[in-house]
Amino acid sequence: MSIRHSLLALLQDQPRYGYQLRVEFENRTGATWPLNIGQVYTTLDRLERDALVAKDGDDGEGHVVYSITPAGQAEVRSWFAAPVERSNPPRNELAIKLALAVTLPGVDVQAIIQAQRVASIRALQDYTKARRDTAANQRAADTAWLLVLDSLIFQTEAEVRWLDLCEARMVQQAQSAAAATARKASNGATEDSPLNADARR
Amino acid sequence: MSVQGPQQVLELAKVGRTFGAGATAVAALRDVDLTIGAGEFVAVMGPSGSGKSSLLALAGGLDRPTSGAVFVESTPLAGLGLNELARLRRRAVGYVFQDFNLVPTLTAEENVALPLELDGTSARKARRQAADALRQVGIPELASRYMDQMSGGQQQRVAIARAIVGQRRLILADEPTGALDSTTGQGVMEVLRSRADAGAAVMLVTHEARHAAWADRVVFLRDGRIIDQATAMHDPTMLLTQAGL
Repeated sequence: MSIRHSLLALLQDQPRYGYQLRVEFENRTGATWPLNIGQVYTTLDRLERDALVAKDGDDGEGHVVYSITPAGQAEVRSWFAAPVERSNPPRNELAIKLALAVTLPGVDVQAIIQAQRVASIRALQDYTKARRDTAANQRAADTAWLLVLDSLIFQTEAEVRWLDLCEARMVQQAQSAAAATARKASNGATEDSPLNADARR
Repeated sequence: MSVQGPQQVLELAKVGRTFGAGATAVAALRDVDLTIGAGEFVAVMGPSGSGKSSLLALAGGLDRPTSGAVFVESTPLAGLGLNELARLRRRAVGYVFQDFNLVPTLTAEENVALPLELDGTSARKARRQAADALRQVGIPELASRYMDQMSGGQQQRVAIARAIVGQRRLILADEPTGALDSTTGQGVMEVLRSRADAGAAVMLVTHEARHAAWADRVVFLRDGRIIDQATAMHDPTMLLTQAGL
C-alpha cells in the first residue's frame, strides 16, 4: 500500500495537517488499513524533503498544515494513471506454506488446507456481513468502503477456490498412486517397467 | 449433547445413512450431529460425494436415516407415518431444489399456493399467502406468468416463494443458485438471509464459498462426517486486523 501516494492524493483535495490526513484516509477506506500517526508524520517529512508537499504555516491551533506542490500534483497524476505494480510474482505466504508442505514428508497437507479454509470462510462471513450492513444503510459516503469490501470478498473467495483446487489435486494424486500400487500388486509388473515384466515371461 | 428447546427447529442426532448392504454398502453419512435454531442460517459445504444432499434429504424427511434420529420442531420424524410426514413437510418445511421442480402448467402464484391447497387451506387464502410470498421474493408482478414466460432467475424466485409460503419454520435449499448468474444468485441469498432474520431456520447446501458466507455457521462435511464448523466472528476489530495487509 502506498501511504505516500495516498497522502499526496488527499492533499490534492485541500491543505491538511497530519491528524486530519489520517482521519480522512481511514474514512475513505472504511478504516480497513489503520494508519499509525507516526507513519503519517514520517511520510510527510519525506514528501517535504522530495519537494512534493510544502509546509503551509499552521492553522492557528498549532497544527502544521501541508499543501501539495506542482511536482506533487504531477506525482499524483502519474500514480492514478499507472496500474498498480505487482511484485513479480506477488509473495503469498499461503502458497509458499503449501508448496513447502507438499514437498516435506510427514506434513498433513489436508489438515493445513482445512484449517486455512475455515479461517478464510470465517473472514468471508465477516466481510459479507459488513457489506450487507453497510449496503443496508445506503449512505453515499459508504461507496468507497463498499468497494474495499467487495475487493476483500473477491480475494478471499479466490483463496477458498484455490484451496479447493489444491485439495482436489492431492486427492487425485493419492488415487492414482493407490491405483498404481493396486496394479503392481495384481499383475506383479511394476508401473514403470512393463517391458521387463514381458521379457520375464 | 443435544439441547432440546422451543427455539430448536431441526435436530439431527447421531444420524447415519447407508446405501446398499453387505460388502457393497456405502455409508453416505456417519454419526452426524447437527442442530439449527430458529433464526439461524447454516450452510453445508463439502466436496461432491461428501453427503451434503443426503443430509438435506434426511432433514426434510424425504429420506430416512439408517441410524440415529431426525427431529423437526421436536417431532421425531421416525414416529410419523407417510401421510403425517407429508403433512409436516407441507406445513413446516420448505424445500428449494437446484432444478426448481415447478409445475409448468400452473402460474407462479398457483405453484406457490399448491402446497397450501394440498394441505387443505382454502383456495382464496392460499392465493393470498402465495401473493405475499411472491412479494417477499421481489416478483409480485409475475404472479400470473407461466414458467416458460420467466427467466431462470425468476423461476428460482418462484421456487423460493413456494418454500417460504405460509408458516414454514425450516427452509432447506440444495444448491439453489446452481444455474443462476452471480447477481441473481446474490438475490437468492438475500431472500434466504431475510427469512432467517425473520425467525426461520435455514439450511443451505452449496459449494460456493461466497454463498456460504451469508450463513451464521458453515458446516464442513467430508466422507459423510462433519469435520469442522466456522462461525462468523462479527467482530470489527478482527476484521481490521485480518485485512491489515
